[in-house]
Amino acid sequence: MAEELTFSTDPQWRVKVGLAEMLKGGVIMDVTNADQARIAEKSGACAVMALERVPADIRKEGGVARMASPKIIREIQAAVTIPVMAKARIGHFAEAQVLEALAVDFIDESEVLTPADEENHIWKHSFRIPFVCGARNLGEALRRIAEGAAMIRTKGEAGSGNIVEAVRHMRAIVGEMKRLTLLGEEELIGASKQLGAPLDLVRWVARNGKLPVPNFSAGGVATPADAALVMQLGAEAVFVGSGVFKSSDPDRRARAIVKATTHARDPKAVLEASEELGEAMKGLDIRQLDEKELLQTRGW
Amino acid sequence: MKIGILAVQGDFEAHRKTIERLGAETAFVKTAPDLETLDALVLPGGESTTQLQFLNDEGLFAPIVERGGKTLPIFGTCAGAILLAREVKNPPQASLGLVDMTMVRNAYGPQIESCVTQAVTTLSDRPVEMVFIRAPVIERVGPAVEVLARRDDKPILVRQGRILAATFHPELTGDVTIHSFFLKLVRDVR
Repeated sequence: MAEELTFSTDPQWRVKVGLAEMLKGGVIMDVTNADQARIAEKSGACAVMALERVPADIRKEGGVARMASPKIIREIQAAVTIPVMAKARIGHFAEAQVLEALAVDFIDESEVLTPADEENHIWKHSFRIPFVCGARNLGEALRRIAEGAAMIRTKGEAGSGNIVEAVRHMRAIVGEMKRLTLLGEEELIGASKQLGAPLDLVRWVARNGKLPVPNFSAGGVATPADAALVMQLGAEAVFVGSGVFKSSDPDRRARAIVKATTHARDPKAVLEASEELGEAMKGLDIRQLDEKELLQTRGW
Repeated sequence: MKIGILAVQGDFEAHRKTIERLGAETAFVKTAPDLETLDALVLPGGESTTQLQFLNDEGLFAPIVERGGKTLPIFGTCAGAILLAREVKNPPQASLGLVDMTMVRNAYGPQIESCVTQAVTTLSDRPVEMVFIRAPVIERVGPAVEVLARRDDKPILVRQGRILAATFHPELTGDVTIHSFFLKLVRDVR
């Protein structure tokens, strides 16, 4: 444990990563109002993400997607006792400041919203609230951690109901970490250059075989088996966006995904969770989408 | 000596590492049969509402109350301490009732109030590093409960016989004082 904490001994950093540690093994659900938040909490969600529209609707309706209104966030904070997260646009540090003033528990600097800065992400070290950021590969994950992210999640393809991109990103991150553990000290500078990530982080990953912050999965989880899949591929917890409240029976589906996440390696439990669930969200074939319709290519 | 760690949700992995560093064997507990061969049980940090739901769904609640009421040593941190309490407030929720104390959830406020601090315990002369994350407060303790440390006059580490509860996270520091004390309790029972 001590070794793991030595990446940074800064108390504020440790408190941020500490909350991420508490969410492990759990499911974080997107909610757009207090009723949905209560359903999520009752079904065993370990946190909720407050937003105005779930990704599937953002995708459908188009327009600029921004931070949720303070009113919605406050109503959700008042409705539940579990941590409340909210999304800020990539690079929009003023939205993040507003979310900090609202005392949300976690900020997601998210590609699901329309980016506010195409060059720079938020400098997250200057906030007291922890941040989670999306990543498609190890270099991207380490750049976000260097900026102060206390949790990484795969980007997947939000609002698609299709797990293929989350799988691709989780396999990429885990595979690149495995590769680093095989390299000699002299090869890590080259790896750092190739990944576009700071050497101290690359070296830490090479020694420990994992990220210095919890690594969660997001972007396409729609069924209990999807959750079990990403957990077995190395995710430490699961974000479910449109998958719950775009299904025919949100209450039951929420419970089922929670159960499958905890018992990801027990096929009988995942089977039980999968029975009589009603219709999953319809979902999109990623290969039928235009490049410009992808959310995962936002941020770098 | 085999220490079980409730592994439904939360920082169970951090407890595993700390306990294994101290040389004890660990096992994750996810279902009722997992409880059978244990010498002790750890209830980790996490979300107490989520954990409580699993204790009920997996039929773990009653066996933990039963074995905890007899001879099983138990150590709960943060959410785990909430589960151990006799009474829980803010809002009220069910609990195992194994320690005669009243807990107020999220009593310091949201994440922005979380902190790392140090306090002296009755377990050693040195102050122990403590990580508080959306921590609860112990509002009341009964006569059978021994207070081992306080923060702002409120108990933060308490013991009732072989059951130990902390409102903070010793598993998130390099300091093993409190886990060592728990393992000693377990050895004494055996």
